Amino acid sequence: MSISTYRALPQEIRQIQAKMEEIAAGYGLDFFETIFEMLDYEELSMFAAYGGFPVRYPHWRFGAEFDELMKGYTYGLQKIYEMVINTDPCYAYLLNCNSLTDQKLVIAHVYGHCDFFKNNAWFSKTNRRMLDQMANHAARINRYIDRFGHEAVEEFIDACLSVDDLIDPYAPHMGKPGDKKTSTLDGKSQAEPVEIDRRFATKDYLDSYVNPPALIEQQQQREREALQRKLASHSFPDQPQRDVLQFVIEHGQLRDWQRDVLSIIRDEAYYFAPQGQTKIMNEGWASYWHSTIMTRHGLTDAELIDYAEHHSGTMATSPTRLNPYKLGIELFRDIEERWNKGRFGSEWESCEDFETRQNWDTGAGRGREKIFEVRRVHNDITFIDTFLTEDFCRQQKLFSFAYNQEQKSYEIVSREFAAIKSQLLRSLTNFGRPIIRVQDGNYQNRGDLYLVHQYEGVELKLDEAQDTLRNLHKLWGRSVYLESVFDDQKTLISFDGHSHLREVLSVNDDSSRTFIITN
Amino acid sequence: MTQNIDRDLRRFRDIVKGNVRENLKKYITQDEMLGRRGRETVSIPVSNIDIPHFRHGKKGSGGTGSGEGQPGQSLGPGEPENGQGEAGNQPGRHIREVEVSLDELAQMLGEQLELPRIVPKGSDALESQKDRYNSISQVGPDSLRHFKRTYKRALKRQIATGKYDPSQPIVVPTKDDTVYKSWTTIRQPQANAVIFYIMDVSGSMGDEQKQLVRTTAFWIDTWLSSQYKGLQKRYVVHDAVAHEVDEDTFYRVRESGGTRISSAYERVHQILQNHYPVQDWNVYLFQFSDGDNWGDDNELCLNWLKTSLLPIANLFCYGQVESQFGSGEYVRELSPLEEEHENLVLSLIDNRSAIYECIRDFLGTGR
Repeated sequence: MSISTYRALPQEIRQIQAKMEEIAAGYGLDFFETIFEMLDYEELSMFAAYGGFPVRYPHWRFGAEFDELMKGYTYGLQKIYEMVINTDPCYAYLLNCNSLTDQKLVIAHVYGHCDFFKNNAWFSKTNRRMLDQMANHAARINRYIDRFGHEAVEEFIDACLSVDDLIDPYAPHMGKPGDKKTSTLDGKSQAEPVEIDRRFATKDYLDSYVNPPALIEQQQQREREALQRKLASHSFPDQPQRDVLQFVIEHGQLRDWQRDVLSIIRDEAYYFAPQGQTKIMNEGWASYWHSTIMTRHGLTDAELIDYAEHHSGTMATSPTRLNPYKLGIELFRDIEERWNKGRFGSEWESCEDFETRQNWDTGAGRGREKIFEVRRVHNDITFIDTFLTEDFCRQQKLFSFAYNQEQKSYEIVSREFAAIKSQLLRSLTNFGRPIIRVQDGNYQNRGDLYLVHQYEGVELKLDEAQDTLRNLHKLWGRSVYLESVFDDQKTLISFDGHSHLREVLSVNDDSSRTFIITN
Repeated sequence: MTQNIDRDLRRFRDIVKGNVRENLKKYITQDEMLGRRGRETVSIPVSNIDIPHFRHGKKGSGGTGSGEGQPGQSLGPGEPENGQGEAGNQPGRHIREVEVSLDELAQMLGEQLELPRIVPKGSDALESQKDRYNSISQVGPDSLRHFKRTYKRALKRQIATGKYDPSQPIVVPTKDDTVYKSWTTIRQPQANAVIFYIMDVSGSMGDEQKQLVRTTAFWIDTWLSSQYKGLQKRYVVHDAVAHEVDEDTFYRVRESGGTRISSAYERVHQILQNHYPVQDWNVYLFQFSDGDNWGDDNELCLNWLKTSLLPIANLFCYGQVESQFGSGEYVRELSPLEEEHENLVLSLIDNRSAIYECIRDFLGTGR
């Protein structure tokens, strides 16, 4: 099964690599050993389709991805310049037909990524030997294919992939995922209701005002009742669970091989999650460094124009799509400048005089130090939340836009800082995907699965949601429900293996209408 | 190097083909495909292949962008609903387009409509010639010298004449020993076919009608091309007089005035006589009209059909499309002929979905 694409790097590339590595290390970048390989476009597309790995389990979607990359390249629409994967040692793939200028840029860029992979906290829990892990996954799935047939395994993988984004990306950082005991079927150990203290901390003499005893008592009563109801209905888990995959692995009606396949898909989803969480930072950081290294060390006079063209192509923006490379590099530069000039802290924040702000420079000189710290601790959400400033929004001409249902088109909504920031944060939350939790794994005491979509103003696509439920049904083995909002009404959609149901949930829950949608 | 990706790519293509096959009926009745036709392939948009996820729709969605513009300014409709992915800053899920070769498409069409393979009219007269290097000659250029045979002949001669010395095995071929590879010409009978498309372009035929014709013609082309090696197409339009035009003009031209179908028959007959000897060619005639012929002309038309066209054509198909003025009488005039001439097929195309049946009617005869 294993293939080898290894060929020795040409002399001049090896020299460039050695030089770039030295410069990067000189700036304090800290990376695993990085191994570069040269590939032709077909090979590079293959690696890209496989998410950077040479051996993956057989699945048609890799073929589809590959087909698209190859077409895009053939028609001259797109081109991948490089790929880096987060492993130790780091593997990076270069496109062999790139010009030497491009190779320099790309190698410098790659060292930025490698440093980020190694040092950013959100990558700290990823498996650095994923190359082996992926090959192991492939071997396991191939074994199942031999035993249970290609069709059966493929169909099951399709179903798994349909819900592979229903994981909890923060779980790896809160102890081992799935550590929490979720099963309460024995009931007794959980029978003691846990009293949660809802009181606000305050001074003694204010306590009865801040925490009115009657209200507190009422609250506790409600909670106790809710818990009793829950116990009486044999529903679990206690708290809604984000990691739907884990829940299905533990409680779904699966055969052993299916359970294993699902856990493979889940492992891989967790491996790739941090890359989604840090897209803006990771690309911004790598761009910051290729730009810094190239403009100060790498370029010869003759290469300047080529470099400038390539760099500006990477930084290009379009009105409806925020370019993570651009946003990332500009934010890092902005942070560097602010910390160099001392534009932070309460004194800076409270200063409202335009002239003073404009000329503010305390000579703090802490920019470089600050951005290294930022790349260590932040992810995209905290990065934007902490460092996106009003001045920055204005400089970058950011705006927020929204879909106008009447006009059937997107429109600029606002250039207000607060609106832009909240919109940006919202679209980064959970990678812009809906957040869905398991509410009940024993709905109506029938062993049905009840999911709840955390509605934040954007509705789900109904037809696709129904197709997804159909796939989830294959995993769970019994009816599946999803509570969400459709056509501005709280709605419950479900699939029982034969037909889709859609039920409008009214607020007081007693006059619900039901109608069946044909499948 | 066989790569894993080849396996996945093959599997993907199989799935796509399965999907196209399943939805062929839908594709047949839509004219979406026409604009996507390359020389040998058609690019087909396939939906429902990607793996579904819980995703946000457009309603209530938004994002952040950068650039000039005031609040309220439109940024365009975005991608179509089923192409829209996450809000704004992520690439959307889009409909995949896959390329299917015309041959494969024809095969699927054949399976779907259960079309019989066409048995070409016995015309062996037209032959194609092909050279095959499968013989030996005494003369030829050095580049074609057959070394092994030349060597053997030289060896034989030397042994026969006693000049061969096993301890010093030197073999020197002379001019007489040298042989060359040579070719023979193979004649292959080839069935040739010509399609005539005849369309009424009088004032009553609107764009909608022409589109129906165009879609139908696309599928006829696809099928017949898969059945014949050398397929030629001729286009004739008519109102009260007939002209031969090229394909592009055929679908665009718009005339006004009356309708004399016989003028087109006469024109077709003329072209046939000049260019396509009956014994060598399989002749297909497809006529589309809204059926509003000029009353006196019908007699003449039937005459043309009976005496000149039906006797020589493999197939004569008349498709009557419904125009805004309703469907005409002409199909009723022709129906008595259907009894005696089994190569005459009549079909009514009153809307898009009828295209499917129409193609089955036309091509289901196996002629």
